[in-house]
Amino acid sequence: MTDIIPPQTASLRAESGPFFGEFGGRFMPESLIAALDELDEAYQLAKLDPEFHRELAELGRTYTGRPSILTEVPRFGRHAGGARIILKREDLNHTGSHKINNVLGQALLAKRIGKHRLIAETGAGQHGVATATAAALFGMECVVYMGEVDTERQALNVARMRLLGAEVIPVTSGTRTLKDALNEAFRDWVANVESTHYLLGTVAGPHPFPVMVRDFVKVIGEEARQQVIDLTGALPDAVTACVGGGSNAIGIFHAFLDDTSVGLYGYEAAGLGVDTLEHAATITKGRPGVLHGSRSYMLQDADGQTLDSHSISAGLDYPGVGPEHAWLASIGRANYRPVTDADAMAAFRLLCTTEGIIPAIESAHALAGTLELGRELGPDATILVSLSGRGDKDVETAGRYFDVLDEQGNAIV
Amino acid sequence: MTDATSTSTSTSTSASPVGAAHPSPVAGAIRRANTERAGALVGYLPVGFPSLDESIDAAVALVENGVDVLELGLPYSDPVMDGPVIQRATVAALQSGFRLTDAFTAVERIRARVDAPVLLMTYWNPVLQYGVDRFADDLVSAGGAGLITPDLTVDSGADWLATSDRTGLDRVFLAAPTSTDARLRLAIEHSRGFVYTVSTMGITGARSDLDAAARTLVGRLRAQGADSLAVGIGVSTADQIAEILGYADGAIVGSALVKALADGGVDAVGRLAAQLAVGTGR
Repeated sequence: MTDIIPPQTASLRAESGPFFGEFGGRFMPESLIAALDELDEAYQLAKLDPEFHRELAELGRTYTGRPSILTEVPRFGRHAGGARIILKREDLNHTGSHKINNVLGQALLAKRIGKHRLIAETGAGQHGVATATAAALFGMECVVYMGEVDTERQALNVARMRLLGAEVIPVTSGTRTLKDALNEAFRDWVANVESTHYLLGTVAGPHPFPVMVRDFVKVIGEEARQQVIDLTGALPDAVTACVGGGSNAIGIFHAFLDDTSVGLYGYEAAGLGVDTLEHAATITKGRPGVLHGSRSYMLQDADGQTLDSHSISAGLDYPGVGPEHAWLASIGRANYRPVTDADAMAAFRLLCTTEGIIPAIESAHALAGTLELGRELGPDATILVSLSGRGDKDVETAGRYFDVLDEQGNAIV
Repeated sequence: MTDATSTSTSTSTSASPVGAAHPSPVAGAIRRANTERAGALVGYLPVGFPSLDESIDAAVALVENGVDVLELGLPYSDPVMDGPVIQRATVAALQSGFRLTDAFTAVERIRARVDAPVLLMTYWNPVLQYGVDRFADDLVSAGGAGLITPDLTVDSGADWLATSDRTGLDRVFLAAPTSTDARLRLAIEHSRGFVYTVSTMGITGARSDLDAAARTLVGRLRAQGADSLAVGIGVSTADQIAEILGYADGAIVGSALVKALADGGVDAVGRLAAQLAVGTGR
C-alpha cells in the first residue's frame, strides 16, 4: 500500500457544478429544464444510495470487466525518451472503450426515473454502441443520432448498433457530424421528454451532465491511481489522455486533481494543423462561448457561429469541450496540447508494431502526446496513459491510411 | 390551485409594469389588438432568407397584411429549438453570408417602412460574442423592441436582465407545459412584452392538431398572474389562431410563413399573412 497523504487544502475534486469557475451552467430551452431538474434530483438521490453504487459496481465487475488492467509498454517507451509508460486499458472493456462506464450509470439512473427509451448522439460510434448495449441489457428502446458523415466513416459501428437492436438515425442537418447529432438528440428530447432519457456521451452539455458523467467515469482514474502506486510505489509524474468532449480525460484526471506533483496533459485533435482551419483543438484555438447548453471553450467565428471541426478521429471531431476541462485549463491545473492527424497515426502504428495493441485513433492522440512528453520529461519519468478505446472500429481508416487496404476496403497484397 | 404563491404575482411586470420607465411597445401592440380584435398575430421570419433584401420585404409584407408584432430570427449554426423548415432557411441564410450586423440593418429598414414592433429571436451565443451591452445598444439604435431568447432562461440570464433593464428593451422568456408553477412565475415576473407560451412539447413546425396542453398552460399562467401571453409552436392556420385567441392574447406563426416565403416568395408570404389575420378578426 501507500503512505501518500491526501492534501488538506480545498479539494479540486469537490467541484460539483453547475459552474466550474466561469464555465458550465445551463443554457437550454425551458421545455427541457424540468427534465434536467428531474435528472439532477434523481442523480443526487442515487449518489447517496448505497444500493445504486452496489448495482453499478456489480455491473462494472460482471459486465464491463472492471477493474481494467494496467499494461507497461517498454518497447513503445523507448520511443518516448525511455520514459516508463503505463497504459490504463479501457480498450479492454466490454464494447471496446471507456464509454460503457458512463452509459451503465446513466441507464441505471434512467431505469430509476421510469424512462423506457434511451436516445444518444455518437461520433465514432463508441458511445452509440455502448448505449445500444445498455438498452439491450435493460430492455429499453434505443435511438442513436449519428452525423451522416460519421455513419459513412464508421460503418462497422453502425452495423453493431443495429445488431444490438438500436435504431440509427443519420443526421443530415448542419455539418452532418457529432455537433449536429447532439442538436438532433436535444430536439428529440424536447419532443419526447416524458418517456425518454437523453444519454449524453461526454462531460459537456447542460448541468447536471458534466458532473454526472464525470462521476460515472472517474472510476478510471481511481482504479489507475491505486494500480500505479501498487506497481511502482509512487504516483506517476504525468497522466495523459485524448480530449474531444473530454470524458475519458476527466475520468482519468479526476483522481489526480489534488496530487500537485502529477502533471495532467490532455491532447486535442489538431487535424491538419492548428494553423489551418481543419482541426478540433478547442482549448488551444477556441474561445469561451455557449454551445450545447454550457459555457466552455469552443471553435467559433466572430459572430458566435460554431465552426466546423476536423479530425481523422470521429470521436474527437467536436468543436466544443467539457466545462471542467475549460476550468482546469484556466486555472493551470491541466495542460492541453494539440496533436495532428499525422502524429496520431504514427503513434497508432507504433503501438501496433511495438506492443501488439491496436488503439482507437482517438487514444492514439494521447499516445502521440505521450511520445513527446516522455522526451521532455526524460527516462526517469513515469507516465500513465488513458488507452480509452480499441482500434477495431478504425481498421478500415487506418488500413487505407497506411496503404494496407485500397479505397474499396480490399486488402492490398 | 396556487393560493400559497398568489401573493408573489403582485410583482408581475409582464405587460405594463406599473410606473415603469420603459413602457413595452410589444405589450402595447398586443393590448391594442385585443381591444380592437380577437387578439394579436405575431409573425416569425429569419433575417437574410432568401436574401437580406427579400427578408426585409417579406417582414414588411407581414405587417401590411395584418401581423401585429414581428419576430425576426437570427440564423444560428446550432438551433436546437428549430424544426426542419426553419433550419433549412437559416442554414441557407448562413451559407449566403449572413452576419449579425445584418439583423440591425433589417430592423432599421423595416422600422422605416412599417410601425409594428420588432423583436429579435436569437440563441444566446451570438449575443454573448457580440457583447450583451453592445448588442442591446445597437438594437435600440436600430429601433428594435427587444429579444426572444429560446435557450436563455431567467435563472441563467442575469446579464441580460440587467442590460434589458438599463436599455428598456423587451425580453420574452418561454413557458413550457413541463414548467413548474415556480418557473412559470419566474418567466412571468421577468418577461416584458409577453410570455412565449410553448404550445406543445417539441420543436418548431406546423402541426395539424394543436395540443390541449396550450390551453392548460395558458390557464396555469393566468393563475400565476400573467397578463400578456402569446402561444407559439405548431400554429399554421387561421382556425388555430382564432381558437388560440379565445384564451390567449397572441398567436405566433413561424414555420408556415417561412415555408410560404421559400415556396412562393414575398407575395406568397403576404397572402398567407392576410389569410392568417382572418383568425384575429381582421
